[in-house]
Amino acid sequence: MSTQPDTLPDIQADRADAQPVEMLLNMGPQHPSTHGVFRMVLWVDGEKVVDVEPHIGYLHRGSEKLCEGEQYHQIVTLFDRMDYIGNFNNELAYCMAVEKLMGLEVPERAEYIRVILCELNRVASHLLYVGTMGLDAGAMTPVMFSFRGRERVQALFEAVSGARMMHNYFRIGGLKEDVPDNFRELMDELMPILREDVEQSDRILTFNEIFLSRLKDVSPITANEAIAFGLTGPMLRACGYEYDVRKAQPYSVYDRFDFEVPVGLDGDCWDRHWVRVQEMYQSLRIVEQAMEQLPDGPVASPLGRRLIRPPAGEAYVRAENPRGEIGVYLVSDGTDKPYRLKVRPPSFCNLSALRRLLVDTWLADSVVVLGSLDIVLGEVDR
Amino acid sequence: MSFLISVAWSALGLAVMFAVLSVVVLSMVWLERKALGRLQLRYGPTRTGKFGLLQPVADAIKLIVKEDIIPNDSEKAIFWVAPVIVVVSAFVIWVTIPGGDSVVIKHLPLGLFYIIAFAVIGILGLVLAGWGSANKYGIMGGLRSAAQLISYEIPVVLVAAAVAILAQSLDMREIVAAQSAYPYLVVLPLGLVIFFIAGLAEVGRTPFDIYHAESEVVGGPFVEYSGAHWSVFFLAEYINTFAIAALTALLFLGGWGGPALPDVVWFLFKTYAVVLVVFWVRGTFPRLRIDQLMAFAWKVMVPLSFYTVIIAAVYRFYDLPWWSLTILSLAGLAAAGWIIYRRMTAPARRVIQIQERLAAQRGAAPSPRT
Repeated sequence: MSTQPDTLPDIQADRADAQPVEMLLNMGPQHPSTHGVFRMVLWVDGEKVVDVEPHIGYLHRGSEKLCEGEQYHQIVTLFDRMDYIGNFNNELAYCMAVEKLMGLEVPERAEYIRVILCELNRVASHLLYVGTMGLDAGAMTPVMFSFRGRERVQALFEAVSGARMMHNYFRIGGLKEDVPDNFRELMDELMPILREDVEQSDRILTFNEIFLSRLKDVSPITANEAIAFGLTGPMLRACGYEYDVRKAQPYSVYDRFDFEVPVGLDGDCWDRHWVRVQEMYQSLRIVEQAMEQLPDGPVASPLGRRLIRPPAGEAYVRAENPRGEIGVYLVSDGTDKPYRLKVRPPSFCNLSALRRLLVDTWLADSVVVLGSLDIVLGEVDR
Repeated sequence: MSFLISVAWSALGLAVMFAVLSVVVLSMVWLERKALGRLQLRYGPTRTGKFGLLQPVADAIKLIVKEDIIPNDSEKAIFWVAPVIVVVSAFVIWVTIPGGDSVVIKHLPLGLFYIIAFAVIGILGLVLAGWGSANKYGIMGGLRSAAQLISYEIPVVLVAAAVAILAQSLDMREIVAAQSAYPYLVVLPLGLVIFFIAGLAEVGRTPFDIYHAESEVVGGPFVEYSGAHWSVFFLAEYINTFAIAALTALLFLGGWGGPALPDVVWFLFKTYAVVLVVFWVRGTFPRLRIDQLMAFAWKVMVPLSFYTVIIAAVYRFYDLPWWSLTILSLAGLAAAGWIIYRRMTAPARRVIQIQERLAAQRGAAPSPRT
């Protein structure tokens, strides 16, 4: 039981020991399957990947540094733009960090609405993953089915927050405002259709024979290796390790819901896919329970409305994002702007295993493996 | 003088063929976009003309007036000639594919042989296109196309040979006439399946669109082509798809034979039915990987096509009743289908076992956290 991953040769773009048959293939930043502006420099021997060097940073905006120059309330928008597929989850992680530092109580109704929106966001994010995974594997139909469901979720987000993606809806100590009056009707309308959409995107792809033979047993990784690489979220659970921040260290009101943590077994691409699909069903379960328990009351702590000056100190919170565990480390010096803010982005940490996963696979697998990592470049580069 | 007249007739015939095939390609583009749209919860083109019927025309005009970029590093001559090779080989086989008893430009007694022989030349164009464009994705795609198309040529040839054995002729007219009592679909279902699957691979259609895989090699041999040059590849691909559909109809579905309607109508009806199946497959399946593709060709398709030839020959030699061939063919199909099914669903069955085991564990000792 070693905690170290298998040793691999050092990364170097100009391999001194390169065989004459090896070819340097530059994939990205402009490539249809790199999920944004990711770049892989692949050494290929025919169709086999010999070595890979990932290049990141094409979307670097210095978000963490920008946070130091903004007041606490203004930072929410910057978190929206990190993982731009899981906006609500990111906002929640940031708000929790400030609330922890200030010892702020969040009204119960706000907590429930946060959970509902975060879990819907998880469903939307995983639906996007299913669609792009289909595209990476060469199937062009699933993306249409899964985007239909995602579009419905985003319509609800727009009704609630006014924006489809960059919501800026969570506030330190609560929410910007209460949900619209017809929120319950909207949700009653959405939930059965959304469940059907999830089921359809599941059925159309998950057990398709060609899809299975493309993904099953492709770059498996053991739980030990996954932990050594710092993989979290579906990447880790696919290895059979049952770790979910919502269960391991419940935050918000997650301890009040009954849900399971789906795990895979082999840690290969298909298990990652399967875990994500099952997570969608569990998220829908959470949303349904939260809608039943949704209490009345205020949605914002009065303290949160003012200019915030948290006491000097530091706080670290973690939360379960669709892509894995996000960590927000916040240092305050008592002024209205954070002294330092560091994010542990799940995509970035998951991407660190890319080389371990890609070496010795087929060129066609490199696309599928990258898809199964489900990275968002806005979060990797920040 | 008679020589000149025959030349003039041939030229006229070629012009008509070109015009008809262009219309066919436009109709197929429209049909594909509409059929895929319906499979994918959308409408397909609706804005250009009634039902978007003018969309392919608009596309064609756009492609022709676009700038035709030739990369600086490319081998100019090869880069230029590759699309020509591909499109010529696509057009040339249509000289002798009959659309009806008398609807053919040049009737050849060795028609099937001619078609099979000229269909292979297109591969050369794809490899040259990949090589000449001085692009690594292009080279990758060109080499992939060479491996794929040569592998799948063998089943196509062998199954065509089996049909020729049954009909005792390589003449397309006689092959169709031999099916007047019953189409070869009935006696040789195995041959139809092999021919259709290998045909999909021959024209690089999903799930065998490996050499121009959009998400991997970004278009493969076509990656550096643009404008009119690219549209020529596009044209050839659709003509080839139509040719495979037409050959499936001619060799297995009884060609233009059918009651009441004129023979051309029957031919088009059957061919477009096969074309729709091709589109349906495209909307359904993901893409195979290159090693799976090659393994499928050499481990499944080639042995099965040999089996097809052998049962056809045995049937002819001993003059067995026709249903015996059907039984042999279905037996081969069932055996192969069962093996493929077991192999391809092996992971799925394992997954289900694993999930059952996990569920049993959970039921026995529920996790304290839940």
